[in-house]
Amino acid sequence: MAFSTPTPIPILGAHELVGARAGFALFEPVSFDLHAGQLLWLEGDNGVGKTTLLRGLLGLSPLKFTRLSFQGQPLPAARAHMQRLSRWLSHQSTLKSSLSVAQNWQFWAALYNAGPIDAAELASSLGLDGLEAQPVASLSAGQKKRAQLALLRFGNPALWLLDEPFANLDQSGIKLVEQLICRHLDHGGAALSTSHGVLGTGSALASRASALKLRPANLVQMDELADG
Amino acid sequence: MANPTSQPHFARRWLQLLFTALKHELRQRLRQPSQLLHPIGFAVLVALLFGFAVGPQPDKLALVAPAALFIALLLANFLSMELLFASDFEDGTLDALTASGRELVPLLYGKALAFWLAQGLSLLLALPLLMILLKLPAALAPTLIFTFVMVSLGLSFLGLIGSALTVRLRAGAMLLMLLILPQAVPLLIFSLGAINAAQLGENNAAPLLYLSAITLALFVLAPLAAKGVLSQEISD
Repeated sequence: MAFSTPTPIPILGAHELVGARAGFALFEPVSFDLHAGQLLWLEGDNGVGKTTLLRGLLGLSPLKFTRLSFQGQPLPAARAHMQRLSRWLSHQSTLKSSLSVAQNWQFWAALYNAGPIDAAELASSLGLDGLEAQPVASLSAGQKKRAQLALLRFGNPALWLLDEPFANLDQSGIKLVEQLICRHLDHGGAALSTSHGVLGTGSALASRASALKLRPANLVQMDELADG
Repeated sequence: MANPTSQPHFARRWLQLLFTALKHELRQRLRQPSQLLHPIGFAVLVALLFGFAVGPQPDKLALVAPAALFIALLLANFLSMELLFASDFEDGTLDALTASGRELVPLLYGKALAFWLAQGLSLLLALPLLMILLKLPAALAPTLIFTFVMVSLGLSFLGLIGSALTVRLRAGAMLLMLLILPQAVPLLIFSLGAINAAQLGENNAAPLLYLSAITLALFVLAPLAAKGVLSQEISD
């Protein structure tokens, strides 16, 4: 049931992908196809390059690959197209602490062309009832994370890149993230997420998720790899 | 950009991004009124110090008054220019904007214009008091206002480049000053040229036009330069 309408073209197709820090390859090349309705967990030890891989896909850090395509269009030519249709949940909040939650949402909604938003309804759907007019500075770390989750949904993106989506969240928050991911997958989206430890055992996500383990690379200079 | 034939759509989207950023930035700046008021107090204090330093002779004060007033305003505007991207860099906004696939240049315009509207123009409130303190004739006010509007606009856009260059540095504020202040010298020279000419009752069109030309050049080029610098700084 996980892939009710499989598309022949993956949302994200990667072949021999390598991330780098300071000119050295971080992990052994990985290849994967991420189709609509699929979730891929990136696993690996601290420092192996999970975040770097996500940043690289967004064009924020160097990435080498023999083939990388978004909705069938090859990168780097389709970089801007991919960026517009991707949302990134980073470990930084991207919210201005002096402004209210709703004012922050309005900025990102306008940036992502999402049209007007109903802040009160959005807040209650994220478990932030009545907090939408509060300044972000007054929220707890978990509440900030919940407020940040709203940005993922603005403008109907096709691909979610989630960096530690469960960090700082309580049990109901973790449930909420799982629900949001499920709904995103149901609507034909795909997600790539980093995670630590056990997760989603017995949850709705377990059946539609696969895992990809990043293994640290031997010291290889990036110049010796194929050009991306 | 993806579709060069849809020029009107591109222009509308561009302006929409600019106003989105402008509104967001102005909201943040107006949340902290003390940040807008402190530079005014600073400018008044610098002008007062000049008055004490020059002494009680009115003719001596008249000689240095325009320069004193202008340097007071310039430094006040300058000190209030904290690193424009510091909070954006820390909270991940800068990364998210770069990764959003949106045009960066209109967002940078919004940022610089918000700084100019809030910090730069609020300093004009100090102008009447400064003119009284330094015994400058009221007839000089139009020239002073025009030159300061131009200089603060130019400084805001210079600050965009400087802030982009120092975005990764923890102690970037002082370096930003050292980088930007020399670039502001032409703005200062032509402003005081215009003010001195107005004080002597001469035609000051030439320095005013030079001043406007430099500011316009900064207005057009600085966001492009800042975008280039930022894309280098962010993709580590």
